[in-house]
Amino acid sequence: MLGEGILKGLTETAKNFFGSYFSAERLTTVEYPEQRIAPFEATRVFPFLVYDAENRDGGGPEWEAGLRCVACQICEKECPPKCIYIEKSKDKKLDYLGKAQYYPARFDIDISVCMSCQICVEVCPFEAIKMDTKFELSTTDRFGGLLLDREQLAKSNEYYHQIHSAEATAVDAKLAIEKTKFDAKAKVAAATAIAKAAAVAGEGA
Amino acid sequence: MILAETKAKELEGWNRQAVIEPKGDGELLEVAMGPHHPSTHGVFRMDVALDGERVIRLKPVFGYLHRNHEKIAEGISYLGSMPYTDRLDYICPITNNWAYALAVEKLTGQEVPERAEYLRVILGELTRYQNHASSIGFLIQEMGASGTPLMYAFREREKILDLFEELTGARMMVNYMRFGGCRVDASPGWLDRTRKVVAGLAAFVDEFERLLAGNEILMARTQGVGVLRPDLAVNAGVTGPMLRASGVNYDIRKVDGYGIYNRFKFRVPLGDHGDVYDRFMIRLLEMRESIGILEQALKEIPVGPVMSPTAKLRGFRPKPGEAYGRIEAPKGELGFYLISDGGPNPYRYRVRPPSLINLTVLEDMCLGHDIADVVLIFGSVDIVLGEVDR
Repeated sequence: MLGEGILKGLTETAKNFFGSYFSAERLTTVEYPEQRIAPFEATRVFPFLVYDAENRDGGGPEWEAGLRCVACQICEKECPPKCIYIEKSKDKKLDYLGKAQYYPARFDIDISVCMSCQICVEVCPFEAIKMDTKFELSTTDRFGGLLLDREQLAKSNEYYHQIHSAEATAVDAKLAIEKTKFDAKAKVAAATAIAKAAAVAGEGA
Repeated sequence: MILAETKAKELEGWNRQAVIEPKGDGELLEVAMGPHHPSTHGVFRMDVALDGERVIRLKPVFGYLHRNHEKIAEGISYLGSMPYTDRLDYICPITNNWAYALAVEKLTGQEVPERAEYLRVILGELTRYQNHASSIGFLIQEMGASGTPLMYAFREREKILDLFEELTGARMMVNYMRFGGCRVDASPGWLDRTRKVVAGLAAFVDEFERLLAGNEILMARTQGVGVLRPDLAVNAGVTGPMLRASGVNYDIRKVDGYGIYNRFKFRVPLGDHGDVYDRFMIRLLEMRESIGILEQALKEIPVGPVMSPTAKLRGFRPKPGEAYGRIEAPKGELGFYLISDGGPNPYRYRVRPPSLINLTVLEDMCLGHDIADVVLIFGSVDIVLGEVDR
């Protein structure tokens, strides 16, 4: 019969239309600005710099003293659209291990160029740069407003725990292991130095 | 001058000699369809010469979305090109990742662990499913059914994209595969959710088929329209569902058996007529086969690492040589051709995009049809302009 296929199709749409009144599974949308769906654990938008809360080196604001970044510039080199700009500092300060390291005197990310590919996060050996989940970033200044500097990029480790809890816990554990290893090594080094000094002193006498 | 001569003069400068002669007693009308035509899936222009409503010449004009992908890739590291491949065919980024990873793995001789291969197949088949669903949706929309089938298709696509986001962190720009495996492992919870989604997919294909396949309007508009002969399809290098709709049995999953595809049981659906309706039906049948592969892969997936321990993320230099990695992407044969000169960047990087090569037969399919059918035939090719222009 001509028109049978169309009628069949129409029953399908009718089923869906009336079904949406009864089945909660069909109501997949929420009213966005008021209601929000929580982002997934892995969701990524733009990168930010992690800083640790304890102020190690004294002086300066907390975010500056605690930055994990040591300005090794691997991310700058690997970034496919080249949206990261880093200037290495002249002096050094202590990092999370208590080792003297350079720090970024400037660290800019142009998020109008960034394509959220996460390669900077993957190549960073210091767990210093991570992906944010914040996506409402509209601004009236399209040049300066989207060029984020160090201060705007720095977010605390607590914030990192809030947005990617499982990943942040794993990172913390990894850093703790590194720290104990480094401390043990430092202790051994210190002990040998003392022994050496004693030996030298003994020879002198 | 008699009318036939006038018309012949008007047609000078078009790209080929007369195939279809104009008849009737009007003037020829040249229409530039696009680049901002809603049916063109992006920015694509078709210059058509019309005799009344009949198309007698068609000249595709593209390049509006050119982003210099190949040259950029020669200037950055192998890893740096991976996120750019997401942006080629942005409907199915996973398969683009896969083809590129395959090419680099061939170049460097890198092995891929078992679990990573299974994950690639699962994600690749989910991608094929959602690509075919949305491409059918677009095709029906171009026929004038504004929205309903497309929204049905997107409802399922949304579930699949949610799975992608949960695993990779992004809905579309996934940047997931690495040379020698995958970036992150799938949790058991993710696999369970995928099983749940896959279990619902078959019902959706049934629904889609009831909604569309028997529809008289669809049949009247598509059957016998835009016929592509098998010999022409083979000569033009057409691949994918387009080729199989013309009745040529060629599927790289079967021919190459790349990855672990030779472990799965699936059939390759073939068409008879090579018209728009066959292309539509082939996509529908391939969706069913994809569900079969997904069920097998989700049942058999082993535990283990997802990255080969010998794989290097950055700073590797392949030995001088060349490699061509190709896969059966949802749109056809997607290949990456790489030449290494021993440096950290590829010396030459070339993409063989299925969309562009399938588009070369557009004129042959459109000649003699009405202008309204051109939109439909173009839609049945299933292209994404990001891949055509690169």
